[in-house]
Amino acid sequence: MLPENLRQHAVAAAVEAFDADAVTGGAYDRSELMLEIAASKIVSICGFLKYDQKFARLSTVTAVDRYPAEPRFEVVYHLHAVEQKQRVRLKCRARGTDPVIESVTSVWRGANWYEREVFDLFGIQFVQHPDLRRILMPDDWEGHPLRKDYPITGTRI
Amino acid sequence: MSDQAIPPQSASAVAEEPPPSGPRRMVLNMGPQHPSTHGVLRLLLELDGETIVKCQPDIGYLHTGIEKEFEVKTYQQAVTLTDRVDYLAPLSNNLCYCLAVEKLLGLEIPPQAQWMRVMLTELTRIQSHLVWLGTHAIDIGAMSVFLYCFREREDILRIFEMFSGQRMMTSYFRIGGLALEPPRGWQQRVRKFIDIFPSRVDEYEDLLTNNRIWTGRTKGIGYISVEDMLDLGVTGPMLRGAGLKIDARKDEPYSSYEKFDFEVPTRTENDVFARYQVRVEEMRQSARIVNQALEGMPDGPWKADSPHVVLPDREKMKTQMEALIYHFKIVTEGFRVPAGEVYQVIESPRGELGYYVVSDGTTHPYRVHMRTPSFGNLQCTSTLVQGSLIADVIASIGSMDFVLGDTDR
Repeated sequence: MLPENLRQHAVAAAVEAFDADAVTGGAYDRSELMLEIAASKIVSICGFLKYDQKFARLSTVTAVDRYPAEPRFEVVYHLHAVEQKQRVRLKCRARGTDPVIESVTSVWRGANWYEREVFDLFGIQFVQHPDLRRILMPDDWEGHPLRKDYPITGTRI
Repeated sequence: MSDQAIPPQSASAVAEEPPPSGPRRMVLNMGPQHPSTHGVLRLLLELDGETIVKCQPDIGYLHTGIEKEFEVKTYQQAVTLTDRVDYLAPLSNNLCYCLAVEKLLGLEIPPQAQWMRVMLTELTRIQSHLVWLGTHAIDIGAMSVFLYCFREREDILRIFEMFSGQRMMTSYFRIGGLALEPPRGWQQRVRKFIDIFPSRVDEYEDLLTNNRIWTGRTKGIGYISVEDMLDLGVTGPMLRGAGLKIDARKDEPYSSYEKFDFEVPTRTENDVFARYQVRVEEMRQSARIVNQALEGMPDGPWKADSPHVVLPDREKMKTQMEALIYHFKIVTEGFRVPAGEVYQVIESPRGELGYYVVSDGTTHPYRVHMRTPSFGNLQCTSTLVQGSLIADVIASIGSMDFVLGDTDR
């Protein structure tokens, strides 16, 4: 459900009109619009925003680990509409054990490396990703460093 | 050359592809220790004769886990980490991080600090472009340009040293304003530099713009379509060299950029030469901005009036109880930042630089993600060099102006 106070934002209203079930929440904070999207709908919403709402650029994809809360991960997308000079943040939830979400590389090819980075550092699997392997850490690295339960100091023996 | 030329750790990376067949086909490993990759970038080039069939960039050699490190530093301590991300544009990174946290705090920054930030980030842009121009020219074979560029870069680094005590890892912008009071006599130093600088840009152009070797190596090289660039997340001078007028300083003004009069240079040729022209013109425009900042620098405080966040003056600490308490609190535990999240974007010399800062209401950032321009730009490497000759790879990747510290973080 889209919060009542977000209806006045054209992008939020358009997303809700396109697929009301997809929007699970949102906020308008410090003049930034954030929409929470159901993880199963992320590809169709991204496609809608790119081709219908002119969000031609995917600025970045990243994640936030809310350990020990469940669902544990937030996958965060920042979109940019170049001509309208507008930005929107999308957020999806992913569960703590074997986190999985669909890849948006079919919408923006540029999502490729960003999703690889999230996979590398958070261990979130991106389904339908063309080339999902580690990008920053060595290939044989164990663990995912940006998880909150990954130790910040000490070496593994 | 046979497959044995590939180092063993790359086995997994190439194993997915069928080995190149035919007498003309081979895989060439370029880097990670290659002088023209400016850092440690490794390119796996699949060649058909001298033509690139496929290119696989391999990054991560400079990954230092800075994003993880943010989570154990207080907000103010973390400023020093931002310098080390893009070591050719430390002040741009300082600025972006500070703006993001200030947005979370709702801090009002006094005009003098804002203008000083603009002036110093524009000097950063000039020095970053100078390093790019010098090294790019060396890659293509023009040695002397490098010496000219580093002459001016040294002047700028001396100005940075005057302000912050450091040539490169400045950390001069702090949350709430500047780290130190602007030093005495800075106006003369900046004035002296900025008066002479436009003529120095003319010198570089004399050496290169009509140079037949330079134009031969750069014109018509490194084409990539605008659609591909937008799709792949390319930003900055590469987009502007293709005629797209995207610049966060104009589109989403920050730190009072809207008060400055400057142009966003664009070219439409979309090749290495166009990117060179855009960057040279950007240096001239940056000099214009520095000039305006110098002439119109407002008076007043250089840090925000917010005792919870900004350290008190030394004198006050000796005479006022509250100042002493705030000092103790800020130094020992830092300041609390209201819960929330922001995504702050600025125009760094390389393109769109974004800091996504998540706060949970404590004194340490919960999560900081850096959207660095080099990472986004590098992603187009394979599209950029595909089909070109191996000799043009250096010119093409040089025109992207990436910094590997910025890519790998």
